[in-house]
Amino acid sequence: MFALLLKKLATLIPTLLGVTLVAFALIRLVPGDPIEVMVGERRLDPAAHAALMQQLGLDQPLAVQYGRYLAGLLQGDLGKSLVTREPVAAEFAMLFPATIELALAALLLALLIGLPLGIAAALKRGSWLDQAVMALATIGNSMPVFWWGLILIMFFSVGLQWTPVSGRIGIEYDITSVTGFMLIDSLLADLRGDESGAFVSACLHLVLPATVLGTIPMAVVARMTRSALLEVLREDYMRTARAKGLSPVRVVVHHGLRNALIPVVTVLGLQIGSLLGGAVLTETIFSWPGIGKWLIDAIARRDYPVVQAGILVSALIFIGVNLVVDVLYGVLNPRMRGR
Amino acid sequence: MNNAVPALGASPPGPGAEFLRAFAANRGALLAFFVFAAVVAGAVFAPWLAPHDPVQQFRDQLLAPPVWQVGGFASFPLGTDELGRCILSRLLFGARVSLWIGLSAVLLALVPGVVLGLLAAFHGRWLSPLIMRVMDILLALPGLLLAICVITILGPGLLNTVLAIAVGALPGMVRLVRGSALAELAKDYVTASRVAGAGTARLMFDTVLPNCLAPLIVNATLSFSSAILETAALGFLGLGVQAPQPEWGSMLSAARDYIERAPWVVTMPGLTILITVLAINLMGDGLRDALDPKLRTAS
Repeated sequence: MFALLLKKLATLIPTLLGVTLVAFALIRLVPGDPIEVMVGERRLDPAAHAALMQQLGLDQPLAVQYGRYLAGLLQGDLGKSLVTREPVAAEFAMLFPATIELALAALLLALLIGLPLGIAAALKRGSWLDQAVMALATIGNSMPVFWWGLILIMFFSVGLQWTPVSGRIGIEYDITSVTGFMLIDSLLADLRGDESGAFVSACLHLVLPATVLGTIPMAVVARMTRSALLEVLREDYMRTARAKGLSPVRVVVHHGLRNALIPVVTVLGLQIGSLLGGAVLTETIFSWPGIGKWLIDAIARRDYPVVQAGILVSALIFIGVNLVVDVLYGVLNPRMRGR
Repeated sequence: MNNAVPALGASPPGPGAEFLRAFAANRGALLAFFVFAAVVAGAVFAPWLAPHDPVQQFRDQLLAPPVWQVGGFASFPLGTDELGRCILSRLLFGARVSLWIGLSAVLLALVPGVVLGLLAAFHGRWLSPLIMRVMDILLALPGLLLAICVITILGPGLLNTVLAIAVGALPGMVRLVRGSALAELAKDYVTASRVAGAGTARLMFDTVLPNCLAPLIVNATLSFSSAILETAALGFLGLGVQAPQPEWGSMLSAARDYIERAPWVVTMPGLTILITVLAINLMGDGLRDALDPKLRTAS
């Protein structure tokens, strides 16, 4: 298991280097003088220009610049924001839990709804339920998430006034950040009795964004569970299990689902990419203070070090998750371990 | 003796006829095809179908509701937006932008994708690892983020949107072509062709490529629909096609502030995107089933 992980990590090194190269090139490829592009409308006198060039190390040869960039990265230095003058890594550490919380909630929702729907559709194949699930999954898969967010806001926030429109928690609550995860922090504050109702507020803030972000993974999970389970149900060992007199639940869950889950996990791993892209849109719609919104705001402000870091970190997360999925695949399916 | 001799005169259906019959038997795909054809017709004939100029602002008709609602006007069937522009006209002209970007982006990814994929399949020793590592790097950035990356470098705009989306679609195409070409390369007919003296180029494009077309067409269809979605997403984020050019995504982003007063400004562009993307995806499913029964998922 450990050897497999090391081997996978080794094959990732060229990809990782390439991704850093892309992030490094990002600032340098912007047409025109990088300083002038960053400064925008404001004028700079030549001395300040030269000083800024030197400060950012842009007067050095490219190879030296890249070397310095890599060395900085290895020490956790992602550069400094041009707007706030804060280290990007510090800002990132503050925003990252918000995105993780949103993504996990979305994935959880996708699994909680997608899995049972997929199983039900497979077991009742050809029924109206099956057809309804498949139709919903097809629509969900084609959904423009940004529009879906607006529609949900229109119904639940504006129309029914059940959920708030934006943010992570009501402004009346003052939550000290312990874990960075609003659900946990607000629950702690709530239980201490300082901020009663904070947890409910945090949940209400999370439910719409998580639904929006979870829609496509939900559709994919339902579809994949259905087709994988249908495939498995045909296998001989399923007939054997039934013939042994096992209860139908045990046959489906223990023998069927365990094998059917392998492709579901793979597809879920592939969904992480669309989840990261979707997070950019979802966070923008709901003013969710995570890395997606941060990235878009940074582009609007031409804060290139932040954009660079945001792209790099997203890619690293994506690569990391895929690695985890690869390893999980080995755990779920012993037949794959040797490869 | 062979008993299954077909009756005289009844020739087996050709591949084209067989494909058409299989596709038409899939009712969802057939319906989707007609919906898609309607969208294409709307885009092509937009100048004649649109009741108004898509950028003309009717200042006395701001946020007019659709014709079936109280206060709607027959001259603005789907209502007007916050600047008094006709939504139907903007949707029709917006279809031109979306379909054009989608088509160009897919073609721009398809051509280099086929060439690079075939090269990677035929030159396994050194070219393949090189090409595939570069594709891995591109794959490490999720589609929309890669597009944002390209837009950050090139700046927003129509052509840059095409390029950004094409770059995102490229790695999938290369992988697919390489994979199917490798599967074909192991087959006897390729060896036979090689023994008969066919050169590499002929083997690539004449012998192997036609047999990789089925999955490639399906992939191109699905890339087309995701290109339309990405175009709209970029437009929504303000990184795509710029105002006043009508584009579905940017129509939505402008509409966000009027969600309470004028829900139709939000509903119409979104429904258009959803229906178009849904139609293309259903067509893609139908194509997959009709082109190659082997590709069919368990259903």
